[in-house]
Amino acid sequence: MTRLIHLFLVFALLSVMAVGGGTAVLPEMQHMTVHTFHWLTDAQFRNIYSLGQVAPGPNMLMVLVIGYQLAGWAGMAVVGIGFFLPDCVITLFVNRWWVHLGGWPWRTSIQRGLAPVAVGLMTSGTFALARLSILNVQTLAIAIAVFGILLWRHINPGVLVLLGGAVCILWR
Amino acid sequence: MRRKQRELSEFFYTALHSRGPQTGCSVEQPKPPSSTDTETPVSSTRIEPDLHPSLLTLFRIFILAGGLSFGGGAVAYLREYLVREEGWLDDEGFLGAMEISETLPGLNAVNMAIIMGDNLRGLAGAAVSVIGMLLPGTIVVMVLGILYQSNHSNPDVRRFLLGIAAAAVGLLSAVTLQIGRRQFRQLPDIAIIFVTFLAVSFVKLPLFVVLLGLGPISVWLYRPTVSKPRAQDEHLPFHRGERHHLFRH
Repeated sequence: MTRLIHLFLVFALLSVMAVGGGTAVLPEMQHMTVHTFHWLTDAQFRNIYSLGQVAPGPNMLMVLVIGYQLAGWAGMAVVGIGFFLPDCVITLFVNRWWVHLGGWPWRTSIQRGLAPVAVGLMTSGTFALARLSILNVQTLAIAIAVFGILLWRHINPGVLVLLGGAVCILWR
Repeated sequence: MRRKQRELSEFFYTALHSRGPQTGCSVEQPKPPSSTDTETPVSSTRIEPDLHPSLLTLFRIFILAGGLSFGGGAVAYLREYLVREEGWLDDEGFLGAMEISETLPGLNAVNMAIIMGDNLRGLAGAAVSVIGMLLPGTIVVMVLGILYQSNHSNPDVRRFLLGIAAAAVGLLSAVTLQIGRRQFRQLPDIAIIFVTFLAVSFVKLPLFVVLLGLGPISVWLYRPTVSKPRAQDEHLPFHRGERHHLFRH
């Protein structure tokens, strides 16, 4: 029961701090689940993150697997509600309120000011994942190749991600 | 791959229209989905405010957006369907929704589902949309999670997942660069990005400290000026202009 409460609180907290999306809270999520609560190892966290990359829709649905791994179906439900519900409620209210802020000069300032913070957090999220997954020449080459290909061509990233996995199995 | 997606959307377009009741009478005939132009006449069309897609139609659209977006792109699908094909939202409304969903915390696709569902059908629409967006991915990720639990010691599975994570690093780098393309070009923004990155990744400050500390400072840097109003488009973050295919969550 204590674990369920902790799971809920951790993911609800991550949810409201996700300025810049799921990648922005990745370092904090890793820190909390691996170092603060010792729920997962770094490798488990990385592997579960990868499962989210293979599934359709938002990659951050992988938090459900974290919940399931730690506390079964109840854990999955608690994490799902904690991670998604607060944001949904906030968005719903702000959406109805936003039009009234049209002439408020600070609205643009908030948008403008939060944007670089969000980009900085996404950079940290990418860096955190790199520290977990760039372990040797092969993984470094995969990351650089995917980065280069995506800047060069419009290719579905899902295909590239699967290819990355296949390359890592075959190239030893 | 874009062509493939387009074919898919064309397929579902016809599928959606051949069965089920026609809801939401657009003022214009819906555009054929094969158009590739970025300028659509939809924004210039007057959309009547009482165009109501049924909740079931909304649910279907969001299930498709959530289920077809492997490696991201759900938002692009929503724009294609809700704006270009059905005309339930105009481009201005769509960009407005993007502004809100990118400024607020939370996954972008989820925020978009809430806003669009709410704008089209109120609270019930928002609920139906977000459930539809998350349902396919939830099922797949849970199946994968259960499979992972029984196979996590298999060395090939581990290598496969490691390769996926490495590829995701490349993907996230490209996405971050793309989303922050305006921020990475301006000196004050670069400084904020750098300080945020250092604070989280090296000083390892808790995230709420970073947000409560740097957020207000950054907003203050862009505080409204009384004398010289800012040129709107130039200073808005990543919401305006041509969007990249990589844009996700």
